[in-house]
Amino acid sequence: MSTDEVAPPRALRPSRGPGALSTGPGPVAGARRGRWLLPLLAVGLLVAALAAAGSGQVAVPFEEVLGSVLHRLGLDLGPLPTHPRGDDTLWAVRFPRVAMAVVVGAALAVAGALMQGVFGNPLAEPSVVGVSAGAAVAAAASIVFSLGFAGDWTIAVCAFAGGLLTTLAVYALARADGRTEVVTLVLTGIAVNAVAGGALAFLMFAGDTQAREQIVFWQLGSLNGSRWEQVWVVAPLAVGGVVAALLAAGRLDLLALGERPARHLGVDVERLRVALVVVVALLTAAAVSFCGIVAFVGLVVPHLVRMVTGPGHRVLLWASMLAGALVLVVADTVARSFVAGADLPLGMLTSLVGGPFFFWLLRRTRRSAGGWG
Amino acid sequence: MSGGPALTARGVTVRFGATTVLDGVDLDVRRGEVLALVGPNGAGKSTLLTVLSGDVVPTDGKVEVQGRPLEAWRLADLARERAVLTQSNHLAFPFPVADVVRMGRAPWRGRVEEDADDAAVAEAMRATDVTALADRPFPVLSGGEKGRTSFARVLAQRTGVLLLDEPTAALDLGHQEHVLGEARRRADAGDAVVVVLHDLGLAAAWADRVVLLHGGRVAAEGPPRDVLTSGLLTEVYAHPIEVLPHPVTGDLLVVADRRSTRQETR
Repeated sequence: MSTDEVAPPRALRPSRGPGALSTGPGPVAGARRGRWLLPLLAVGLLVAALAAAGSGQVAVPFEEVLGSVLHRLGLDLGPLPTHPRGDDTLWAVRFPRVAMAVVVGAALAVAGALMQGVFGNPLAEPSVVGVSAGAAVAAAASIVFSLGFAGDWTIAVCAFAGGLLTTLAVYALARADGRTEVVTLVLTGIAVNAVAGGALAFLMFAGDTQAREQIVFWQLGSLNGSRWEQVWVVAPLAVGGVVAALLAAGRLDLLALGERPARHLGVDVERLRVALVVVVALLTAAAVSFCGIVAFVGLVVPHLVRMVTGPGHRVLLWASMLAGALVLVVADTVARSFVAGADLPLGMLTSLVGGPFFFWLLRRTRRSAGGWG
Repeated sequence: MSGGPALTARGVTVRFGATTVLDGVDLDVRRGEVLALVGPNGAGKSTLLTVLSGDVVPTDGKVEVQGRPLEAWRLADLARERAVLTQSNHLAFPFPVADVVRMGRAPWRGRVEEDADDAAVAEAMRATDVTALADRPFPVLSGGEKGRTSFARVLAQRTGVLLLDEPTAALDLGHQEHVLGEARRRADAGDAVVVVLHDLGLAAAWADRVVLLHGGRVAAEGPPRDVLTSGLLTEVYAHPIEVLPHPVTGDLLVVADRRSTRQETR
């Protein structure tokens, strides 16, 4: 180790760095392999969404779902649903739910990929480090204390504030000497999740029956009862977050080199980090506001995508967005049709799959790191 | 480009708490010249390089790049003037070697120089002998291969100033010569090269000028033959050191006189 590894007296913070969210320096072409993945995922998502919308107690055949969509778009193509309540069910219940799955899945997967890039750690994920729980606490508080300062947006605003606060806390607590080690990150996550769990418990204790029910619903995570009004709150947040993430893709690649080398290549690391932490909180809030904690999507999806496309963030973020949406559409369909007549909690399902995956990833990371005492 | 030095440091002092790591260092880095920073462990070589590259703001003193104060530069503009090779070879995600080298082109994005990306990357990889490793993920490389890949990234940046912190660490003898030979070629082409070296023989062979640091101060500065003398090195390194010309090539050989140490261990 050289002397430069010792904490410097003060880091250089240039007054005029490149705008943190503008398209700054940092393209990495290399990740050309896996370009076929994007169209494949897009088609897969479209098919899955239509199929998901058709399945349920009122079953609508695939071509009728397609026909209904085309007719709404003003195209006189395909058959309309033959079931008397078919069209209503599709547009009032199924499509908002599917749309919510798309938005939340994309937001969670991109949030995960982004967080991993910011922390330089493939195990970082909003639910693992407790950001989802932090957002849920703030959202639950807004219910228990009947806050309504921003109308329909109140819950989302609170979730964002909670998520932002938690992300900043994790960022401050888990970093040492400009790096975030796996052990520190995971342990910080345990601590943050414990505190958030305590706060949620208190809110459940303090709230009335209705509030309590809603908090339980958050902890389980579900898309049940998604409405268009909610989608219209969540979608702009998610779109904004994803666009911001995509603009930072090139610089995220450079960040993988470490703080100093990234700075030597023209990246204003501090500003980029802070900006992206805000974006992570925004995306997490979008996901948590109405659907609660759906864990591990941001861990599993980017990891699987990376196996195909390599680590370049340009492709990774696009593919994670589509794959996250696809995974959640499929998972939600499974959740509501696995047991007839029962709407299983989505968060339960993703945790059952994601938990073991996280463990496997942890073991693998440990092996490649040669153990951590 | 103006005729002045590419980089200047004046009265640079760095303190970490109560420890003074650098104490009033003056330095001129000129174009067309390889400048070697040498000295024992803890002499302040790497710290001086971090100050020159703008990572550490000196407690006192100032650094100028092309005659302009370092802190007045935008990071993106600075990245087109100088490239830095650090000692750390960490990479958070398993990018292949070719992608890592291409990261060096990031500062040129959106400019006419971007057209030269492919050529710059290919040339840098050839110069550092990593072309054959192009598709290998960086984390599985050996220490020396990682070092050469990082050096290739720095070369691909095609800047007029190169700051290299121990570029020969973990390299075998052949690659050490190769890397410094490349630094030499860049200097001959008009670039300014600063290189931190532990191997005084390499400094003698490849540098135009040597700055010997001792306890955070410049103990001596000048051509290798003037600075790398037996008496001065013996004093600074607190160990008997011989400097003699190679019988065939005439190169300076810097070797430790091990007689006293051997006696102690016996």
